Amino acid sequence: MNGALDWHRLQFAFTIVFHYLFPQLTMGLAAIIMGLKALALRPNGEPYARAARFWVRIFGLNFAIGVVTGLPMEFQFGTNWARFSQVTGGVIGQTLALEGLFAFFLESSFLAMLVWGEDKLGPKKHFAASVALFVGSWLSGVFIVTTNAFMQHPVGYVRGADGVFALESVQALLFNPWALGQYAHNQLASLVTASFVVAAVGAFWALRDEHAEQAGLNLRVGTTVGLLAAGLVAFPTGDHQAKLVAEHQPSSLAAMEGRFESGPRATIHLIGQPNVAEHRLDNPIGVPAVLSFLAFGTFGAEVQGLDDFPVDQWPTNVELLYYSFHVMVGLGTLFIGLMGVAALFSWKGWLTRRRSLLWALLLAFPFPYIANTAGWMTAELGRQPWLVYGLLRTSEGASPTVHAGSVTFTLIGFCGLYFVLGLTFVFLVAREVVHGPTTHEVAHA
Amino acid sequence: MPELWFWMVALLLTGWAVLDGFDFGVGMLHRFVARTDDERQRSIGAIGPVWDANEVWLLAAGGSMFLAFPRLLAAGFSGLYLPVLFVVWGLIVRGTALELRSHLNDRLWRSFFDTLFVLASFEVPLLMGAALGNLVRGVPLRPDGFFDLPLFASDEPMGVVDPFTLWCGVTTVLVLAAHGASWLAWRASGPVSERASTWRRPLWGAALVAWVGALVGTRLVAKDVVEQAMSRPMTWAAVVLALVGAGLALANGSQRRQFLGGCGFIAGVLVAVVSSLFPVVLRATDPALSLTITNAASQGQSRSTGLIWWAPGILLAATWLWWILRNFRAKEAPVYGVPKS
Ligand code: HDD
Ligand code: HEM
Ligand code: HEM
Repeated sequence: MNGALDWHRLQFAFTIVFHYLFPQLTMGLAAIIMGLKALALRPNGEPYARAARFWVRIFGLNFAIGVVTGLPMEFQFGTNWARFSQVTGGVIGQTLALEGLFAFFLESSFLAMLVWGEDKLGPKKHFAASVALFVGSWLSGVFIVTTNAFMQHPVGYVRGADGVFALESVQALLFNPWALGQYAHNQLASLVTASFVVAAVGAFWALRDEHAEQAGLNLRVGTTVGLLAAGLVAFPTGDHQAKLVAEHQPSSLAAMEGRFESGPRATIHLIGQPNVAEHRLDNPIGVPAVLSFLAFGTFGAEVQGLDDFPVDQWPTNVELLYYSFHVMVGLGTLFIGLMGVAALFSWKGWLTRRRSLLWALLLAFPFPYIANTAGWMTAELGRQPWLVYGLLRTSEGASPTVHAGSVTFTLIGFCGLYFVLGLTFVFLVAREVVHGPTTHEVAHA
Repeated sequence: MPELWFWMVALLLTGWAVLDGFDFGVGMLHRFVARTDDERQRSIGAIGPVWDANEVWLLAAGGSMFLAFPRLLAAGFSGLYLPVLFVVWGLIVRGTALELRSHLNDRLWRSFFDTLFVLASFEVPLLMGAALGNLVRGVPLRPDGFFDLPLFASDEPMGVVDPFTLWCGVTTVLVLAAHGASWLAWRASGPVSERASTWRRPLWGAALVAWVGALVGTRLVAKDVVEQAMSRPMTWAAVVLALVGAGLALANGSQRRQFLGGCGFIAGVLVAVVSSLFPVVLRATDPALSLTITNAASQGQSRSTGLIWWAPGILLAATWLWWILRNFRAKEAPVYGVPKS
């Protein structure tokens, strides 16, 4: 590690990766809960209402940890990336302030209604509260993704002689084409996480021969939504993301693909190890011309390799970037296969008797978390060496007066705190899942 | 227009101090005014439905500061790196304790989280008070707009924590403990409310004594701020508000009025501080280097755009608070997510 910068990066990466484990479930789950509450409005909808009650409890636990781990993210812009904040605050302050005021507010207040209000509000209003919760959590995704999209593909700003960014057009900032693509892909990915978790819980109960009705319901919902989301995450949204990267961050695309030489009819590599010292991909297995097609729409298109770029503009960690991207895409492909089979079995009514498939669904739930993390690592490592792509280097963004000793200390603190937090969380969720869905009863203090 | 944002940020921070302030106060008193499990549920239940929304005021304040005065956020947060992160950890611990304690019906579990809740509720106000002290006393800003301060003033003349700022921190702790006692007296019931009522007056008394000490300290470390304050009608008005509030908080009125009096005191004191600093947002030991609303402000459309959504946002937040207060007349809300067992 050389100096404070690497520690700043490591701390930010660690805290954001940990934070994002929670919102990715809550955002997806908010959509599923809303769907369950809608189905519960129909005659004989009680099983759906029961399922919703169970998931609201899981949501509440996730939300609590999402909130407390989100707080440091907001602060770290100022504490660790002070130069970056000083220079770009006029632009990204907008979206972060909107986030602080509206999105979190909507979410925290309507979650309270959803948890406490079922008796008081009646079914229709209670459904409305779940809609508001959905809007709140997806809105916070909008603001945070537009912030990140500005860093990936800056738009809507002017830059003064002193290097300070000023907001020129909010419309441009909010409707950044990068943000639209990124948002669609990211939200579908969070739906993948949530649907896998729903299916896994259903599978768990089915394997234990418990709560037959709820097990079947969760399996049906989980696999149906899962198939849909896993499909859409790959195409059109994942494909669209790749095209954006090809157009706006060509050096990043080259590193993601482990491509060093430029040329037409570019090969897409499924397997291989980037050998950065020798500028080549070792032990490759690939399909010619497909990369050209995926990135630019024609098989003959020219795709640049890293050798076309000065080394000081290469992403700083080509190997990790390459594997992150391949892990995401590899898992994404497997997800479609697994959910395709599982959804088919579920619709046919065979699923609860296929123990091997139930086991597969149960054990699959960690993988969307891995894919989501890998996806964000692709985005964030691919952005390097820039903090704001092409304009502000990461090394120019860190706090000038905070030295490595302080950051190392706080990083160690975060590790300890989050370790305990994570254990406690897993214990409580596991307890809820083992206990299963219960009939309606809210404990009173 | 930066003036407007100055007051908007000040309003949000004051709102946070007043609203989340009683949550911290309840936290400090929690293990003392509530002894049995049932009483502890009541004590927590008295802030259960509101504390999370109250914390949003802090996020909104941070966001608005980022939007309007990015240089202030950058300099302040990085200069106070360790204390800011300690506050963050305190907020994490408090939030976790509040949300998780009731999930398990087990004495050790609850006792553990109750203690964390109490410790974090002391720590955050202590450091926030010290940070406020740093703002008033001034920090060694450099020409590039950043500063670095040792955590303790051991061999240096000043630190994030020095005698003056420590006193500010202790004052903040006392004020918020008193504020929490007023809230519990009003919103809790049974023995919790009764004990809080008996603690209310001594605590407010101690808080006021500490506050007078802090005023004297301010005269010593920041003479010019006090002189500037004396010449400003706004500051006088705020001080009057604070004094009236303190009077109501101590007097024998209804519990609601006592609580609102405490709110008035806290708001009055904070408005007095910011109005005597205005237009400076971060005081430098070399006055020429101070960050002001003009040189710290963001450029471009950000502030004018922000104005459009800011007002409805605050209105929404206020409405929610009002709705909650009205609907939880039953004094304590059910503790949320408590499973059977
Ligand atoms: C369940 C999670 C998941 C799955 C299965 C996929 N993705 Fe993804 N991907 C994400 C979760 C994700 C993400 C975490 O949501 C990212 C990070 C940033 C973003 O907006 O989405 C992302 C980013 C991301 C990027 C990087 C954009 C950049 O560098 O800024 C590309 C090119 C793709 N995705 C493409 C794909 C393709 C072609 C997939 C085909 C299967 C795919 N993703 C599956
Ligand atoms: C959407 C809002 C996000 C914003 C505004 C954001 C912003 C940042 C910033 C400021 C840094 C530090 C500077 C740098 O190293 O470039 C960073 C680094 C990083 N972020 Fe993000 N981030 C976001 C989301 C995420 C998510 C959700 C993840 C992962 C789950 C993530 C993973 C990382 C990683 C791994 C790094 C370290 C990259 C490196 O230093 O090489 N980010 N991000
Ligand atoms: C640098 C990036 C990020 C920052 C600064 C940040 C900040 C925060 C903060 C402060 C909270 C707590 C809100 C409260 O008190 O109610 C929070 C929670 C949340 N964040 Fe993040 N966050 C970041 C990354 C992300 C990303 C990438 C997403 C998703 C796209 C996201 C989605 C959420 C959601 C949905 C919540 C609500 C809590 C939950 O549902 O778990 N955040 N975030």
